[in-house]
Amino acid sequence: MLLLALDTATATATVALHDGERVLASLRAADARKHAENLVPAVQAVLAETGRARRDVTAIAAGVGPGPFTGLRVGLVTALSLGMALGVDVHGVCSLDALAAEALATGAVAEGEEFVVATDARRREVHSARYGGSPLRRLTGPQVGPAADVERSGLRVVGSGVPLYPDALGPRPGRAEDSGPLDVDAAHLAAVAAAALRGEGGWQLLPPEPLYLRRPDAVEPGARKRVTA
Amino acid sequence: MTVVLGIETSCDETGAGLVAEGRLLGDALSSSMSEHARFGGVVPEIAARAHLEAMLPVVREALTRASLDLSDVGAVAVTAGPGLSTAVQVGLASAKAFAFALDVPLYGVHHLAGHAAVDVLEHGPLPPRCVALVVSGGHTSLLLLGDLARDPIVHLGDTADDAAGEAFDKVARILGLPYPGGPSVDRAARDGDPRAIAFPRPLTRPSDPRYGFSFSGLKTAVARWVEARQGAGGDLPVADVAASFQEAVADTVTRKAVAACLDHGVDTLLVVGGVAANSRVRALAEERCAAAGIELRVPPMRLCTDNGAMIAAVGDLLVRAGAPASELRIPADPSAPLTGALLAGPWR
Repeated sequence: MLLLALDTATATATVALHDGERVLASLRAADARKHAENLVPAVQAVLAETGRARRDVTAIAAGVGPGPFTGLRVGLVTALSLGMALGVDVHGVCSLDALAAEALATGAVAEGEEFVVATDARRREVHSARYGGSPLRRLTGPQVGPAADVERSGLRVVGSGVPLYPDALGPRPGRAEDSGPLDVDAAHLAAVAAAALRGEGGWQLLPPEPLYLRRPDAVEPGARKRVTA
Repeated sequence: MTVVLGIETSCDETGAGLVAEGRLLGDALSSSMSEHARFGGVVPEIAARAHLEAMLPVVREALTRASLDLSDVGAVAVTAGPGLSTAVQVGLASAKAFAFALDVPLYGVHHLAGHAAVDVLEHGPLPPRCVALVVSGGHTSLLLLGDLARDPIVHLGDTADDAAGEAFDKVARILGLPYPGGPSVDRAARDGDPRAIAFPRPLTRPSDPRYGFSFSGLKTAVARWVEARQGAGGDLPVADVAASFQEAVADTVTRKAVAACLDHGVDTLLVVGGVAANSRVRALAEERCAAAGIELRVPPMRLCTDNGAMIAAVGDLLVRAGAPASELRIPADPSAPLTGALLAGPWR
């Protein structure tokens, strides 16, 4: 198995290759405004680094957000188009799941500990979801709303929402907690997808469609304004 | 022979087309127009969501119609600008992925060059030089074309404010006619007198930019006339207003297009874009071109509006001319100036 994983839901366009057992290579290009420019070259780079050909890819996993819409679409249409051209399946992974998996893998949270992932949703809001259990799984969410409305219930919060909204999501009193992983790393998204494909762990694959969580901003026009007084 | 896959997502149409050696092999289109109707214009986020949903189905359908497989594609061309940024990004990302996965060259092209190139598919190669009038909901441009693939494109003039198609949408709203305004104004105008109201012919005085357009003032003139009539308690002669407004647009764009041909010693005029579908623009262009000894070329209507075939057509010209491929890193350029068929500019 050669799984190509990619994510553009957070500020980092990220790509990884996974052989079903372990991550072979991963890359992160940090510039949220340049996902469209960096993504395919990043795929090219991880294949080159591992000496694999594009035709060796057997499955694709893509982060379906939630995250800013334009970048999210770039990632998903890239994954879908690669999948069609290479004749392989494309699976969706909730991008917050990758952050949760990374928080556990890097020791930011403990095995079995319940915690919240919160990422920047712009417009003074965050995307959030609650995680816990062993094996780790998503308990509620994802949802979008103001940081102050996140029901953290005394839990640890990780993700880019933490430094943005320290009052609501920062470290609990008396604890030396950092914000954990801020942006998605495709290496962890690949691990989530590989486990789900093996039928192990608590993760579930999703259809490769964006989790927008918000409707398009569009207002129906009112009565036409007069041009004469 | 190289089969070129063309992808277009700059506004509200998701298009894919397959062209080889100047021949259209198959194409497909999905439009989100009906989803925008109640907002009176294209909503970028709605358009972009629709592009993502339609992208692969449209490519598949184009391949099916051409009886081709994706592995038959030898090059990918895509609109890299201008257009709605979030919409352009969908097609561009898809095109990059296809080009990379198939290991074929990518050509990031200028949307307007596609409008000009599309007539090759219907009426054969373009002459060595011609003038193109691009009139649509997003553009009103006069272009001087040489070899479309190789030469710089001379952007003779543009609109200073609204595009011609946008003026049709706004006037339709003033008259209570449905969106999109082009077809509804054209329909209403059939029973009207084009000489009933003398609306202004914008930018047609000797001191005005010879190839420049402006439709915002014309739209306001229509609104003023309508409000004055309504204020006086009279019935609104919708057909006459529609016909007189349409006449002002058709008169202005065809007059300037023919002048551009005569000024540059060019004997062929291309009229493309959605407004080329307007019956009066077409009739007046035919009349004036015939009088001036200019050959008029107008692609069939379904190729006049945004589509994937036109992008494949310009890609096909670039491939056959040996143009350098674009890098997989190219950015979308929502407000790309027109310098050549390749978004990066002329290359020879």
